[in-house]
Amino acid sequence: MASVDSIAVRDPAEPCHRAGPGFMALLRVELLLALRRRADIANPLLFFVTVLALLPLGVGPEPELLARMAPGMIWVMALLATLLSQESLFRSDFEDGSLEQLTLSPQPLYFAVLAKVTVHWLVTGLPLALLSPLLAMMLNLPAAGYPSLLLSLLLGTACLSLIGAVGAALTVSLRRAGLLLALIVMPLYVPVLIFGTGAVQAALDGYAYSVQLAVLAALLAAAAALAPLAAAGAIRISLDS
Amino acid sequence: MPVNEGQVMQFQFASIADFLSMNGHGVYVWIAYGISFAALAALALQPALRRRSMQRELARQQRIQQRRRERTQARPEPLAVSE
Amino acid sequence: MAWQWFHRLGSPRWFYQKTSGWLPWLAAASVLLLLVGTVWGLGFAPQDAKQGNSYRIIYIHVPAAFLALAGYYIMAFSGAIGLIWKMKLSYAVMRAAAPIGAVLTFIALFTGSLWGKPTWGTYWVWDARITSMLILLFLYVGVIALSRAFAREQVADKACALLALVGTVNIPIIYKSVDWWFTLHQPATIKLTESSSIDPSMFYPLLVMIIGFYCFYAWTLLVHTRNLILQREWRTQWAQQVLRGEPLGDAG
Repeated sequence: MASVDSIAVRDPAEPCHRAGPGFMALLRVELLLALRRRADIANPLLFFVTVLALLPLGVGPEPELLARMAPGMIWVMALLATLLSQESLFRSDFEDGSLEQLTLSPQPLYFAVLAKVTVHWLVTGLPLALLSPLLAMMLNLPAAGYPSLLLSLLLGTACLSLIGAVGAALTVSLRRAGLLLALIVMPLYVPVLIFGTGAVQAALDGYAYSVQLAVLAALLAAAAALAPLAAAGAIRISLDS
Repeated sequence: MPVNEGQVMQFQFASIADFLSMNGHGVYVWIAYGISFAALAALALQPALRRRSMQRELARQQRIQQRRRERTQARPEPLAVSE
Repeated sequence: MAWQWFHRLGSPRWFYQKTSGWLPWLAAASVLLLLVGTVWGLGFAPQDAKQGNSYRIIYIHVPAAFLALAGYYIMAFSGAIGLIWKMKLSYAVMRAAAPIGAVLTFIALFTGSLWGKPTWGTYWVWDARITSMLILLFLYVGVIALSRAFAREQVADKACALLALVGTVNIPIIYKSVDWWFTLHQPATIKLTESSSIDPSMFYPLLVMIIGFYCFYAWTLLVHTRNLILQREWRTQWAQQVLRGEPLGDAG
């Protein structure tokens, strides 16, 4: 895989202690790879849209009811879409051995994981957030909720990607990991969901929602610091098996 | 349901039937205690069952080994023939 | 010399022999305390002025909820020790703590819901404490499910320890956020009886039950851990001796 090439082109005599250049190179390579697999980008988005289209069919088309459910439903569906796309985060790298290569490279595994998660967010979380106003409109969400929905999803999906990476790394060596991944990661998603929907609800009720966004940002900062560490540890454990 | 004030350690119910019904709350109380103690008992007993199955498994393996040993002893030196 | 006991803990056999003597005492203490606490709580503690007799469920609910949460920390802590010092024994403790904690969480949820029916008129309310308990149950279930997914025990041990640690970091955040969420959505009809002061005549049986639950927890954790050790040391001479019921020599 290309991520291996990027390490191979570096002169082995000059060890890379600074994370910066290596991180950017990895990020670029991962992004290129992700953009080449168009279906993998489209699938979570299609899932997101399709399931939300089922909602009115399930509960009925009354606009008031849909508007009441919209923030929660959009958030839960974004959560599920992120989760479903997360299973393949380390999968192909694990199977072709490049994950093992990454653990042997002089660059800390932390940054490799961070690069992968960043790309995962760029191709799933970011489009989901950008698409959310459209769905909010279809579900009759009042316009007051749009900015908060977009902002909370931007911050929140990044958190979800980071937390989910730990679960993906723990289950990467298992053949059928999908449901297990959901089982172990879902409870950890709870705070993000609560504050994400809380922000939208506050905006709808006419209050300031900066507190909720600040909490989401704090969660993101903590997750960015800790989750790649845990995921790196989990990768080493998984490679053991 | 006579509550004896002043005397703390007094049985709080007039009769056994009263004790069982607990003013209509008995069903909830007794089910809660019943299921909880059943679950605790299962926790306490599970290792004993597991241990018994381990013992059986060990005995079975040792029987198999014993039989294999007897069979190889009964055969007249297969290694010497092959050499 | 002071660290000798710590290094010895690395030997499953030493642990197994050392703890044999504790089991009868712990078992007797937990059965006695639970029996006394139950009879006291059910029959002799006075009725609650507001809730009547249904409050008697707290004598199980509160200790179970205490230990459900404490059990998660015990599990994560022993998992961390396993990860740091690569100690077989602490992994066994962690694996034993998972199902025990899950059962205690279930008991706390179940009794809480039965308490809710006569008190609030419904079996389930999305109250902050109940919801947190439910998420705690999911965390336990996640660890148990992960432990069963791996073919190799060593990998399962490390993976579960890591997951338990991640959960530990998250538990305070989860509890705080669920609290916050509940204050936001608290329906006006449900008035939680937040009894800040509890009468001593009601509190003493509760204290007995709490101590009883702690003893019971220690006892079952030991028994489950010892069983797991035997299962893992299956091939060794001493484990087979134990299973055959033969006396063990000094471990040294």
